[in-house]
Amino acid sequence: MPIQDQRKAGAGRYLRLRRDIPDWLFTSAGVIFPALLILVWWAVTELGLVRPLFLPGPGDVLAEGVRQAREGILWADASVSIYRILAGWLTATVLAVPIGILMGNFRLIEGALEPLISTIRYMPVVALIPLSILWAGIGDGQKILILFLGTFFQQVLMVMDNVKTIDMNLIKAGQTLGFSNREILVRIILPAAAPGIWDTLRITIGWTWTYLVVAELVAANEGLGRRIMDAQRYLATETILFGTLFIGFLGFLTDYFFKRTGRVLFAWNRQRG
Amino acid sequence: MGALLTLDGVGKTFDVDGKPVAAVDSVDLAIAENEFVSIVGSSGCGKSTLLNIVGGLEEATAGEVRIAGKPVTGPGRDRGFVFQGYSLFEWKTVAGNIRFALEKSRLSRAEKAERVEHFIDAVGLRGFENAYPGQLSGGMRQRVAIARALVYRPRILLMDEPFGALDAQTRGMMQELLLRVWGDHKVTVLFVTHDVDEAVFLADRVVVLASRPGRIKREIRVPLARPRPYDIVADPGFVAIKREILSDIREETLKSMQLALGSTERSLY
Ligand SMILES: Nc1ncnc2c1ncn2[C@@H]1O[C@H](COP(=O)(O)OP(=O)(O)OP(=O)(O)O)[C@@H](O)[C@H]1O
Ligand SMILES: [Mg+2]
Repeated sequence: MPIQDQRKAGAGRYLRLRRDIPDWLFTSAGVIFPALLILVWWAVTELGLVRPLFLPGPGDVLAEGVRQAREGILWADASVSIYRILAGWLTATVLAVPIGILMGNFRLIEGALEPLISTIRYMPVVALIPLSILWAGIGDGQKILILFLGTFFQQVLMVMDNVKTIDMNLIKAGQTLGFSNREILVRIILPAAAPGIWDTLRITIGWTWTYLVVAELVAANEGLGRRIMDAQRYLATETILFGTLFIGFLGFLTDYFFKRTGRVLFAWNRQRG
Repeated sequence: MGALLTLDGVGKTFDVDGKPVAAVDSVDLAIAENEFVSIVGSSGCGKSTLLNIVGGLEEATAGEVRIAGKPVTGPGRDRGFVFQGYSLFEWKTVAGNIRFALEKSRLSRAEKAERVEHFIDAVGLRGFENAYPGQLSGGMRQRVAIARALVYRPRILLMDEPFGALDAQTRGMMQELLLRVWGDHKVTVLFVTHDVDEAVFLADRVVVLASRPGRIKREIRVPLARPRPYDIVADPGFVAIKREILSDIREETLKSMQLALGSTERSLY
């Protein structure tokens, strides 16, 4: 009775390998699961199973957020940090996209740059803080430099890959249609690689966010990362938790923005299947 | 003379890890204007390489390809290419893909628009002009590819297993469509496939390629009348030709399998 099998009753029918589930369920699952975690968190703290110093309750963390918002600290911190993130990531992007594209298309450029970049990208960014201060001082420039270093080297290799993985026959088609190399680059390779590059930008700005605390580790007066490091000194656990969650939240919004925009920009790429 | 396309001792040797590997070897071929020639051969025997050389996308390491007497030195708009796999510009609509192929031609705006319209009809894509390739089925995508390759009116159409990824029914429909378009637009076709039925059904002449290195094993005329009905595959004349080609290919496949077996044996020591 194959038809019977297809219509398994109960939750089982939502747990079949690789099968799609209704959109409402997918979305609800994404809301309900975190909500459950918060509930557990709340219960654990409310029942006094852990000391508030180690884990304050969700209410306390939320109250800390409200306090920061009321006093204006939150906006001041957030705007400074967002500015640094954007500046660091944009500088990286503006350089990585063209360089990655060149590396993906010209073996000579790839040969010249790839070993170097592959090496640098394994260097721990934290270890570069002293140098970054030496080079860029202790102002915003140093923070932006750290974010740049944390982003650029990964980004450039990923963009190179995005370019390399496009269908070679598209380039051949361009040649048979009489386009010059320049035209093929701009009018075929670029648009073909664009969705992949956009995805790279989305993933790498996430990494830029994860470097925020490192960037604001030294000689910063404000910023979301700074706030967390300061709180460590006073053991203000709720400040640490709120700050961390808030950075995560901003990261989530960034990701959402990129996904939505990508869907609009590359609508042609979505209808597949 | 008389031939539009001539291959004269064409060969291609690749350098694989410092060792020369012959993919195509001394291929001589003369193809008349408006002729439809199929090239069959087992996988990896050099069919794509040969077609790429004619297309000017790869350089031969020996011999010469001439079109109307002039040596081929690179890709040109006297040749259209339909690739193995679906190579469309995904970010352009059906009409956009076809129009893009006309960008380098000196036609007026109105003439270009008219050409695009004409070929949308010719390949039966009316109603889908504004669809993106991602919305189309495999057969429809290859129809766009055919229109894109023909819209600038090349003299020669090069096709590399264009229907290889399609299901049997769609493939049959596409073959008929191709023959119709070929009949209407008078173009010389060089069609690569590893499907013997397809090769015989379409062509005036079938070239069987031997493998490793790819060289011509046999040329067989297909004197079957046109238009050919789809059930001609059951016709005794068709079957006889097919049988000859199959035995050729089987011989080649066996040979290359023995070669492969021999080399694994050797590598065991
Ligand atoms: N760029 C290359 N470098 C090295 N060897 C190559 C290259 N291109 C093709 N070859 C080799 O040349 C031979 C012929 O390849 P080709 O792609 O022309 O075969 P084919 O007949 O089109 O195969 P298929 O039916 O799988 O498409 C193969 O053995 C392949 O490995
Ligand atoms: Mg091939």
